[in-house]
Amino acid sequence: MPDRRTLEEASREVTAERAHDAQPIVMERAPGEAVVETLPPAAPALATPFNEAALALAARGRSPSEIIWLKLRRNRTAMLGLYILIALYLAAVLAGFIAPYKYDDADHDLPFHPPMITRIHLVDEQGKFSRPFVYGISPVSGEHATYNEDRTKKYPLRLFIKGSRYHILWLIHSDVHLFGVDEPGRLFLFGSDIVGQDIFSRILYGAQVSLSIGIFGIIISMLIGMTVGGIAGYFGGVTDFLLMRGVEALLAVPSLYFILILRQMFGTGLSSMQLYLIIVIILAFIGWATEARVIRGMVLSLKEQEYVLAARALGFTDARIIIRHILPNTLSFVIVTASLSVPFYILGEVVLSFLGVGIQEPEASWGNMLSAAQNPRYLSDFPWVLAPGVFIFIAVMAWNFLGDGLRDATDPRTLS
Amino acid sequence: MRTFLIRRLLAAIPLIIFVTFFTKAMLVLSPGNFLDELRLRPNISRDYLERMEQKYHLDSKNVFERYWYWLKPAMGGDLGDSFITAAPVTTLIGQRLLNTLMLTGAALVFSWALAIPLGVLAGVYRNRWVDKLCSFISFFGLSIPGVFFSLLLILFAAKTGWFPVGGIHDQINWDYMNGWQRLMDTLWHLVLPTIVLGTLGMAQYMRQMRSEMIETLSQDYIRTARAKGLSQRRIIFRHALGNAINPLVTLFGLSLAYLLAGALVTEYIFAWPGLGTLVYEALRDKDEPLVMAAVTMLVCMLVIGNLIADLLLAIIDPRIRLE
Repeated sequence: MPDRRTLEEASREVTAERAHDAQPIVMERAPGEAVVETLPPAAPALATPFNEAALALAARGRSPSEIIWLKLRRNRTAMLGLYILIALYLAAVLAGFIAPYKYDDADHDLPFHPPMITRIHLVDEQGKFSRPFVYGISPVSGEHATYNEDRTKKYPLRLFIKGSRYHILWLIHSDVHLFGVDEPGRLFLFGSDIVGQDIFSRILYGAQVSLSIGIFGIIISMLIGMTVGGIAGYFGGVTDFLLMRGVEALLAVPSLYFILILRQMFGTGLSSMQLYLIIVIILAFIGWATEARVIRGMVLSLKEQEYVLAARALGFTDARIIIRHILPNTLSFVIVTASLSVPFYILGEVVLSFLGVGIQEPEASWGNMLSAAQNPRYLSDFPWVLAPGVFIFIAVMAWNFLGDGLRDATDPRTLS
Repeated sequence: MRTFLIRRLLAAIPLIIFVTFFTKAMLVLSPGNFLDELRLRPNISRDYLERMEQKYHLDSKNVFERYWYWLKPAMGGDLGDSFITAAPVTTLIGQRLLNTLMLTGAALVFSWALAIPLGVLAGVYRNRWVDKLCSFISFFGLSIPGVFFSLLLILFAAKTGWFPVGGIHDQINWDYMNGWQRLMDTLWHLVLPTIVLGTLGMAQYMRQMRSEMIETLSQDYIRTARAKGLSQRRIIFRHALGNAINPLVTLFGLSLAYLLAGALVTEYIFAWPGLGTLVYEALRDKDEPLVMAAVTMLVCMLVIGNLIADLLLAIIDPRIRLE
């Protein structure tokens, strides 16, 4: 298949161009070990770590996407990343149901309560096992953010408990929460923040903002990148020159400065929805440049193919040739880059909100939750305010795992 | 060589114009200006405000006009005075620029000094424990968000008291220190921000170094060297390292922009008085001349940095000729 081979060449050029993304040929990964027993042994001459012969046998008669899935499934870290991401995004969608409280449900008498995840008791005073319960909270009078367990009050953990109303994707409205304790008991799994809001609930609601910005941002910037890259590569000449100089200028300036300059243009006093959209647009506006440059490189080589010539001879319009015939061939690359670029958008939101120009309180996002930790005194006395950072770390790492795995899986060099 | 330098510097001019024009346009189009806060105070006369507005041409919303008012003196080397402090922006930026250069320089040294030996070790002892440790470190470094990492280190510093939690030098004793003590104090304050800023680069370089090393070691000339009976040490340091390190120098040029962007967050969290915090504050206060000057400096730094990377590559790799 001629077009497949040239795509391979194109992607080789592409990887050479992005030096920091370059991967050594084939040798990098060894996910084949677990598979060797279940498949016929490879010929000794082909005993590369990837075990290509075995894979080629398994891949016979399958479609390219099936082969990619097959290769991805053998990559344990990539699958781990995928499972983590599925869990995180599910938790974000179901935030209202899983979270015991709403994101702005503040109890001003209980600031900086320590995490109660270690204070869920299974044994009561008589030393007997009982259903999981927590004790009531009694603030130590005269001291700031110091608490004792009130052993006289016990609040059992209940499943499917009624609480505040919420909605899931604006479709399902309900007031049943997965778990919680009866009023006036309070359950702060990961502790509470400066105004007594439940950090665990806010992490779940914050995930809705922080994680979805990654998805929407990457979709928008990929669309811009494919359009600009496609046009520049296909038409060449002056169009190409001008577009690429613009791209280079965008890449030349440290992105965060650009982001802040763009952000201040919108001023202050915006609603949370407006802020969300502005952040997505700003990040996508910065992010498309890398994509455009690489897609242009691929289009440059793809447009010399016979099938493009044939399409032209058939009298198709340029737009149709670009959209229907050329860009789909860059898709595997686009998907890989997309999954590797999502962390940029997640971190972009985190930084903007952390600097105080992103999502504003009382709305929750992982970035603005972390900004509570800016005060070194809070940070050292109440280290649980760092909990959202752990989730940022996990999400970014999972996207990196998945992206790396996808890159290896779509690499045609590992399977002839 | 000279033609190369001249051509590169000429090519930087449209870039600087593009970026500064864009910045100016964003500043002009944003709602309000630095006088808004003064306007709220009753003791400031309307007359004064109007005079200020005319003096700084804030009454015009024409982007091109406003840009020209900035560009004309800027071409003569006059970047203007700060709106807020009325001091020349060059004096405001000078020290900040040095501080940022110190931080980014330290981060570069940190990331290179760790990445090259570790990358070489990982490449030579592939799939052994050194390699596994290195790949863990690099995955960690690539994934940990700078904000979170900084906060973790500050937590560490606050708990142990081994490092200062922020700032560039001791606020109280600085005036009583001699030169040597001042140097040590600054270096001590530099440690944590350097680790944060250098970790991402270290992870990238280490990964790259490892894969370059693996590829180089599989080349024919290495086999020849082995066949000649050279020692492993001589093969690695004399024959492989020099060739494997080339792509890293290219990476150095690419990573400068990342480094400066990362410096903004790091400076902000560690209260490091650098260019990043300056731009952040200037944007917040709508101090236009300061923002413009800082952005110009930033682009110049990147152009010079990329130039240095290219020159370095030409020095290291005799196959490359600058023309």
